Amino acid sequence: MKPLSVVVRTGCDMFAWFMVVFGTYVIIHGDVTPGGGFQGGAVVATFAALLLVAYGGEKVLSWISLDVYNTFLTAGLLLFLLFGFAGMGTSFLYNFLAVPEAVVHAGGGPAVIPPSGTIALMDIAVGLEVAGGLTLIILYMFKGSRLEINSETGGETGHDSW
Amino acid sequence: MNWQAHLPALLLAVPLLGAFAAPVFNLGGKTLRNVWFITVSTCVFLVAFALWRDVSVNGILVYVMGGEDFALSLPSGMKLPVRIILEIDAMSAFMALAGSITSMAGAWFSVSYMDRFSGMSRFVSLYFLLTLGMLGMMVTGDLFNFFVFLEIASVASYGLVAFWRDKPQAIEASFKYMVMSQIAAMLVLIAVGFLYGRYNLLNMGALGSVMQMGLVEKVSLALLFSALALKCGSFPMYLWIPDAYAEAPASVSCLLVTVSQASLYGLFRVAFSIYGVSLTNSVVAWAIIILGLISMLVAVSMAVVQHEVKRLMAYHAISQTGYMMLGVGIGLLVLGNPEALAEYGFTALKGGVFHIFNHAMYKGLLFLTAGTLFYMTGSRDLNKMGGLIRRSPGTAFMFVIAAAAIAGLPPMNGYTSKLLIYQSSFAVHPFITVVALVTSVLTLASFVKVFQTAFLGPEHKALVNARKVPSTMMVGMGILTVAILLLTFLPGSALSNLVEPAAKALVDQAGYIGAIMGGAF
Amino acid sequence: MTVGNLPFLVVGILFLIGLLAVLREKNMIKIAIGITIIESAVNMLLIVLGYRLGGDVPVHFLKGEVDAMVLPTPQALTLTAIVIALATSALMLSVIMLLYKHYGTLNVDEIRRLRG
Repeated sequence: MKPLSVVVRTGCDMFAWFMVVFGTYVIIHGDVTPGGGFQGGAVVATFAALLLVAYGGEKVLSWISLDVYNTFLTAGLLLFLLFGFAGMGTSFLYNFLAVPEAVVHAGGGPAVIPPSGTIALMDIAVGLEVAGGLTLIILYMFKGSRLEINSETGGETGHDSW
Repeated sequence: MNWQAHLPALLLAVPLLGAFAAPVFNLGGKTLRNVWFITVSTCVFLVAFALWRDVSVNGILVYVMGGEDFALSLPSGMKLPVRIILEIDAMSAFMALAGSITSMAGAWFSVSYMDRFSGMSRFVSLYFLLTLGMLGMMVTGDLFNFFVFLEIASVASYGLVAFWRDKPQAIEASFKYMVMSQIAAMLVLIAVGFLYGRYNLLNMGALGSVMQMGLVEKVSLALLFSALALKCGSFPMYLWIPDAYAEAPASVSCLLVTVSQASLYGLFRVAFSIYGVSLTNSVVAWAIIILGLISMLVAVSMAVVQHEVKRLMAYHAISQTGYMMLGVGIGLLVLGNPEALAEYGFTALKGGVFHIFNHAMYKGLLFLTAGTLFYMTGSRDLNKMGGLIRRSPGTAFMFVIAAAAIAGLPPMNGYTSKLLIYQSSFAVHPFITVVALVTSVLTLASFVKVFQTAFLGPEHKALVNARKVPSTMMVGMGILTVAILLLTFLPGSALSNLVEPAAKALVDQAGYIGAIMGGAF
Repeated sequence: MTVGNLPFLVVGILFLIGLLAVLREKNMIKIAIGITIIESAVNMLLIVLGYRLGGDVPVHFLKGEVDAMVLPTPQALTLTAIVIALATSALMLSVIMLLYKHYGTLNVDEIRRLRG
């Protein structure tokens, strides 16, 4: 895919990093405003999609390393499970950081750790994971659409590793 | 901390940890990943076994996910359960035991079977997600949670069926499977939505206590029935099974059998524990019986003419599912009638339920032996094989055991469960028994054909450099063989300790509801 | 108070359109689009079931005591269903791409190699 015209590229330059910031905002404030882990992660993943459309695949694949997104994916999932196991003394996925509403109002409003407790923290883990996962899907589908139709291979061979 | 109390959550948390941590262990090399694969599969089996022992001693186990007290389903002042609750009675523990045994056997098998393919860290993650989805379907007590686990298992299996992406047939099989299965899942979601909109409840026990038959409930039952029957492969909607089971790698086929049984379990749970006594009309029961009969006969007649090994076995999986539906359908038919239930209904239930466990064992073993044949010769076509008994007598021995079990030869475990089904179906109508016996004969015929073509006879010319079977593959098949032999030689204790509590739990709707609602119902 | 019958009628029509697309179309991408339409119809059903006329945002923290709140559970159910639908359509489109790579055509009738 070839890069598109200067107008499109400039538009992409202006908005690309803003998408990441906005997506992070949607992830972090997921417990109070509409949004949350999955929605914010999808917005962050459009960063890669915007770059792919504006700059063309060859350039983008030379800039982005897929390992970063693999790390996001695995780290997000393992963080989610960590929060699940951390409350295991009471039950699995127990919200051990939750603060009742009366205490929040008495203490003068929400503090650094939000009153919803582990829900917000697990939201951040899910957002991290969804951002990594959806970006990987977009990049792999782009790589797949680019390969030529090769000949039928008959029997079982090993796979070409991507 | 008391690990024993958290067993239900561990049953779900351990495969989840296995799936998510597999890419991390892959960084340490192939051996580390294989060790992780086998360790977690064995842990899942141990947890399922401990859970089964716990349930047979303590009765129905209830676990509240994320609640203040993990066994308190109705916190102070509440009349209805509010969190996602896992409810494990004897039937769920029975199915979880069957599922974890096949998962462990498949894991041992795939360590060397899938050795030369790339992308194995994704295979391990997908395999554990498939195991998680299956186990989740079996232990959950919440309708929407059932849908979520159904989808987790389905999406993982779409990926696993298409794993060998060099072969266009595998991808075509995965596409057809995907389209049919997604529509079924959407029907389940519509039914769950209707029931939620009507009663504002998602918990299965709570729904069972307030259910009253009306138009919405009948529509939801029809939707759930057709969707779950599609997912387990009964008559009109079985067309995805031969393609998907044949094109998947052998260990995945072994696990997919139990995943389909989990959908069948979901159907029984809906019919017995949610609808239960409201099912005054016997239409549903007769529908299950008739569909079971037709699946048995149609599938086995298509199986006899196949010449590709795994496709033949997939057709037999459909026909054996017909046996299970027949047995449990007869039990559902006489559910409201206590003397008929005690006379032949309970026997039919025991036969159907026992057949689920037996089928998981011997069908899994048959798929693994088909995988071994493929590994040795590089082809799945029976016309290209012959005389393999000299190359691997162990595989031939295990194949004979599994084939005898599926054909219902005495004294195998298949014979025990089929005898229970024959006895009880004769009391309903003799024609049903005739159909079941004819199916059994045709099953025996097709497996005699497979054994004679693949193992006996002169060795095919192309098989001069057939590969040797590695030991981990034999261990994987050996696990299932040991299970079959245990069930064969201890039928009395298997029936009274394993099957009878499960069949009793299925009939006992009041107990199921009472465990959640705490007697306030 | 709940809504009238119009949203449920729309859900039914959307579902039928999607089902017709899956059953009758020959192009694989159109079948995938049909499945996406079915999934959107079911998600809409779930949201409509939770709506109460004149209801407010179901966050007690922000709104305090109000007369009517929209039910929050169907919103959580719909979110989960949307995520599942996304994963399935991504997988379906990747499979269609692989099939095109092998066969060179998007017609369902021409890719049938598994018979009997």
